[in-house]
Amino acid sequence: MSPRTLRALLPALSLAALLIAIAIVQPRAMSYFGLNLMLNLALPIAFATMAQLCVITVNDLDLSIGSFVSFCACVGATWLAESPAFGVLVLLGCILVYAAVGALIHLRNLPSIVVTLGMSFVWLGCSVLLLPTPGGTAPDWLVSIVKLKTPVVPFAILASAVLALAVHGALMGSAYGAVLRGSGGNPQAIARAGWSQLTAKVALYALAGLFGVLAGLTLVGMTTSADANIALRYTLLSIAGVILGGGEFVGGRVSPIGAVLGALTLALAGSLLSFLRISPDWQIGAQGAILIVVLALRALVNRAEARAA
Amino acid sequence: MTRISSLLAATAVGIVLSSGFAVADTKDKRIALSNNYAGNSWRQAMLKSWDKVTGQAVSDGAVAAADAFTTAENQATEQAAQIQNLILQGYDAIVVNAASPTALNGAVKEACDAGIIVVSFDGVVNEPCAWRIAVDFKQMGAVQLDYLAERLPDGGNLLEIRGLAGVFVDDEIHAGIEQGVAKHSKFKIVGSVHGDWTQEVAQKAVAGILPSLPEIAAVVTQGGDGYGAAEAFRAAGRPIPLIIMGNRQDELQWWKEQKDANGYETMSVSIAPGVSTLAFWVAQQILDGKDVPKDLVVPFLRIDQDTLEANLETTEKGGVANVEYTLEDAQKVIAGM
Repeated sequence: MSPRTLRALLPALSLAALLIAIAIVQPRAMSYFGLNLMLNLALPIAFATMAQLCVITVNDLDLSIGSFVSFCACVGATWLAESPAFGVLVLLGCILVYAAVGALIHLRNLPSIVVTLGMSFVWLGCSVLLLPTPGGTAPDWLVSIVKLKTPVVPFAILASAVLALAVHGALMGSAYGAVLRGSGGNPQAIARAGWSQLTAKVALYALAGLFGVLAGLTLVGMTTSADANIALRYTLLSIAGVILGGGEFVGGRVSPIGAVLGALTLALAGSLLSFLRISPDWQIGAQGAILIVVLALRALVNRAEARAA
Repeated sequence: MTRISSLLAATAVGIVLSSGFAVADTKDKRIALSNNYAGNSWRQAMLKSWDKVTGQAVSDGAVAAADAFTTAENQATEQAAQIQNLILQGYDAIVVNAASPTALNGAVKEACDAGIIVVSFDGVVNEPCAWRIAVDFKQMGAVQLDYLAERLPDGGNLLEIRGLAGVFVDDEIHAGIEQGVAKHSKFKIVGSVHGDWTQEVAQKAVAGILPSLPEIAAVVTQGGDGYGAAEAFRAAGRPIPLIIMGNRQDELQWWKEQKDANGYETMSVSIAPGVSTLAFWVAQQILDGKDVPKDLVVPFLRIDQDTLEANLETTEKGGVANVEYTLEDAQKVIAGM
């Protein structure tokens, strides 16, 4: 097996290993009901990871995705339920703001970490203004979509698969997708070929905004009401998901399918540790250990790849 | 349980028969505690009480298991996932101290739909299918003013120390204090700072506002801030007013020293971390088929001049004054007594 295929298979293999471990420790979890329960909170994480992947594609990092998802969840539980038209408008506006942030970062040549860190406080502030105390109600249609009981395969798995394949098709399969990745891999070459670096960045940031909105909506559909701090953890989870899924911080080297698998792995790792009754003091450490093991394996594969080249 | 029967009770069945509780129906039931945070003395005491009381209950055969789970990070999404895991682990009841009153509703509803009893306490959830053991924080604020009105009939200026801004508990206690001031109109709040329920923060905040304040008759607090306030007054060289305490060991210790030295009088009020054990017994009663109202109110723990020594003695250094609840206490709360 070539190192390249091995590298592509690594996220799937780690997820499979985790599923087998869960099946041994808690056989009850390996049913339709069990998988649905374990994975339905993974869906918003998968969307957030996809948003992060878009930003990482152009060598940037989005530190505001967690608070952005929280804000979208707050909008979903308030305006979207009370006056749907206005709610949709606000969410579209959010995507525009994301696109504008991308443009700002490119035009002023600012470090994305600084700009998005600043934006994270803006989103958090907006959420607190909108929902000073936890509350709100998700619209019924949203709840029924998220809680959809699909036959045979749980909705969370179907939706994750569709997400992974759609983004894979767009980013890895299409001609413009190659340009988008190229703007992270080799910006000079892309610019010389006559493609606008600005358009690429704006497009990817807008996509990130779109996935952030979807993450917020699926999350609030599951929890049925929101909280300004509901998704702050997603910032780090999404970065970990992208990297676990085979992405690199620089070079436009990303894998949408891997990222979704990475997000599912992170969500399931928590379940496994809880089934194993690992004390909470050790759980974060154990989660970190899982990450390190997978990344160490990848480093080995990378070395093999470099030798083969 | 009598000594003789415990000797006889070599087997779990024997223990159940002799324990005198109406527990035969719950002896094979399993209860889990879902907790969102363990990072302060109050939560540590809460978990310790849970272990102590439920450990005894398990060995008495009241329930089959009572395991505590704490999320690694204080985040609602983590706790929702944790509750879903507990559903899969087949617990019959889940006792929750929630990270958010609303963000766990989806997971709580799933648990209810799976036939699991959900009892929330302290941090309660507002999903209608769950039980709530709420603390009357408003009353906790109001009772301070009632006490002050008794001690200082002429009224006077008050300094208010609030908790962590934006947290529900802070708003509630503050509302109770406002209500008390409206009722006892001789008192006037002349200054207000946020002490974040932490002595060091409270001390700094009080020290900062003191120079701008007139003479202070009393300090109303939220717990975890009384000792800091006293230190700030002492450092500024001002007479120490009547400071309401919040059951923390350092506060009780300071109060005791002052009491011995100059007859200082005050009162102390907070929630006993042992409320987790009340929630445990309530869950056990529901599993036993008892009819329990969905909303219960937990009494708070008040310490007065004459009960100070007894409470200080049983409070660990750096801890919080505590009471653990028994099945009988839970039955009383359920009956609304």
